[in-house]
Amino acid sequence: MLYLQLFLSFFKIGLFGFGGGLAILSLIQHEVEANAWMSQQEFVDIVAISQVTPGPIGINCATYVGYTATGSVWGSLLATFAIILPSLIIMLAICRLYFFLSTRFRSNPYFQNTLRMLRFAVIGLIAAAALLLITPDSFIDWKSWLFFAVVFLLTILPELTKGIKNKGVQQLLSSLSHPIMLIILAGIAGYVVYN
Amino acid sequence: MFFQLFYVFLKIGTFTLGGGYAMLPLIQREVVDRKQWLDEEEFLNMIALAQAAPGIIAVNSAIFIGWRCGGWRGMMGAVLGAVIPSFLIILAIAMLFQDYKDQPAVEAVFKGVRPAVVALIAAPLLKMAHTAKITWLTALIPIAAALLIWLAGLSPVWVIFITIAATLLYTYLKERRPLR
Repeated sequence: MLYLQLFLSFFKIGLFGFGGGLAILSLIQHEVEANAWMSQQEFVDIVAISQVTPGPIGINCATYVGYTATGSVWGSLLATFAIILPSLIIMLAICRLYFFLSTRFRSNPYFQNTLRMLRFAVIGLIAAAALLLITPDSFIDWKSWLFFAVVFLLTILPELTKGIKNKGVQQLLSSLSHPIMLIILAGIAGYVVYN
Repeated sequence: MFFQLFYVFLKIGTFTLGGGYAMLPLIQREVVDRKQWLDEEEFLNMIALAQAAPGIIAVNSAIFIGWRCGGWRGMMGAVLGAVIPSFLIILAIAMLFQDYKDQPAVEAVFKGVRPAVVALIAAPLLKMAHTAKITWLTALIPIAAALLIWLAGLSPVWVIFITIAATLLYTYLKERRPLR
């Protein structure tokens, strides 16, 4: 039963996961919570680990959740297979229809409008994922909010300071805004502050 | 062809940190510039379709390139190559992390990391809204979606489903033209 549920959940995530990594995160989060496979706090930890390890976030999350939910390698395999399966079906159909799609569908208003509206909806999905992760378990005191604010600022800083022409400053800011760099820095800061 | 595609995507899968979008330039360098399996235009069409389709963008790209270059075998090779490195690495971490996560030092590190992760999810929103050319009116869509999921506990799957259905209906009413 657990394995069937795992398969169905990740198949659904693969089927409705439009808009790439961060948007898929919100679907995984919902399934994980609805099935009580792990706490929100554990989920944040997985997202952090996914950010600093190679490979797509969707695959990383499926593998990890599959293992924790079942305690077995088979759970990992099943969840990873299930999240890929809809892609296999849909992308193969697209490959077969490639010439039709690349000529006719480009100008089709149904296709164009749906893509545009999905792009807006996906922004809402990602916002909801962030909001749902603001829990008392993850934000334990004012220092947590300081961490949040600093990382948020450093991420958007290269955009805000486009006017500065100095190459060195630009390079420094863009390397500081890299997710892996920020997670490592936050980890070190966490160790210093809380240990 | 199986092994060639497997090897190329294994290399890309092992050495790209940060997921789908970070992989695309690397895929382009290997598949278009070096191996010349696809030309530039076909590659750009591929990215557009891989992003428009649901699912993991890196996997979608692997399926498309594998299929175009080597049929069924090519596709299997590319997908396995793209998935296996992250699968093995995360599986190893998942097994080890169970034993270490309650250590005070590990817990302290994660206390710092958790708020940072939330910020990393939230920060790209501004740029995404800008790229999508959002207006005050269309901003209602993501706001409504976020509130329904966050406060009402609606599944994101429903949000996607409703968005697609409503857009198709709206386009039909506006264009008065059948879907084909």
